[in-house]
Amino acid sequence: MERVPLQQKVLSENDRVAGELRTRFQKHGVLCLNLISSPGSGKTSLLERTLETLPRQDRVAVLTGDIQTENDANRLKRFHFPVKQITTGGTCHLDARMIERHLADWDLDDLDLLLIENVGNLVCPSSYDLGEAAKIVVLSVAEGEDKPLKYPSIFFKSDLLVLNKIDLLPYVPFDIEVAAENARKVHPGMEIVKVSCLTGNGLHEWMLWLEQRRIAHRALAQETVS
Amino acid sequence: MHEMGIANSVLEAVRTEMGLHPGTYPCKVGVRIGEMAAIDQDALRFCFEAIVHDTDLESLELGIEVCPRRHRCWGCGREFIVRDYDSRCPQCASLETKCISGDELELAYLEVEEYGASTAAAKSPQ
Repeated sequence: MERVPLQQKVLSENDRVAGELRTRFQKHGVLCLNLISSPGSGKTSLLERTLETLPRQDRVAVLTGDIQTENDANRLKRFHFPVKQITTGGTCHLDARMIERHLADWDLDDLDLLLIENVGNLVCPSSYDLGEAAKIVVLSVAEGEDKPLKYPSIFFKSDLLVLNKIDLLPYVPFDIEVAAENARKVHPGMEIVKVSCLTGNGLHEWMLWLEQRRIAHRALAQETVS
Repeated sequence: MHEMGIANSVLEAVRTEMGLHPGTYPCKVGVRIGEMAAIDQDALRFCFEAIVHDTDLESLELGIEVCPRRHRCWGCGREFIVRDYDSRCPQCASLETKCISGDELELAYLEVEEYGASTAAAKSPQ
């Protein structure tokens, strides 16, 4: 019997493609963000509010993932930014190959910001690197404040927690401070914004976070060039 | 439930590695899974057994090593295992600690046996 050491990641093929995507995003100065949540937390609503707020001339595109239907892409196309639906046909997450394939006929030089809406699932998408600069986890107040403890991986790996549907707080037994505390137990120092995509409450904080990320990314890209 | 994809990737890696070891067959593949990796061990075992069933790799065993979440203290340098999400340094009580492991999803090793070396489970080539 001989034991051979294997020094590689299980998802090394996905990581390889994601690494190539990351290099391309950097080269073309594209900030790529990967939005993850359970189904119905409001990822699409957050993107709708975002696209509605961004200036028309902004160089923004969206890839939106679902198991079936073009519903989300149809919702997001109204804002006149390039949008493409990725239907996985059963797969519970997006992987780097799907992103590569769906970017094939977009010129990255035309983009500054690529927003990816993952398949609604709080577990599996956390294992698949898509070449993004950051993951963002969305949690709605209708879901329970212990979600960060139950599904730690995605909270651990995300830079930002968007607590959505705060307009429902008077009607649901959800302690927003406990939720934030739980998120920071899993991910000390995690950034958190509280929003309602319905009323618009708190959205300026989200847009500010996004703008700061874009500025930082541009600065980094210029540094790399010079 | 993405453990089927993970199991497939493990098996693909085994097949690739076996190309480097002619005259042997694989007995056991070891993977390291961090407790923050969002992988369900039972589901992974179930999927692994399902995809090796009725194949030449039916006797291949899956070894899973679970890696706890470990942090290092920025202040005093102490490394420790995080339990119950308490990431405070047990030595100096600082909250300024950094995660150094716990989200692994790695292939660790492959155990191979020469054909004829053992009578059990060996399926020698024709």
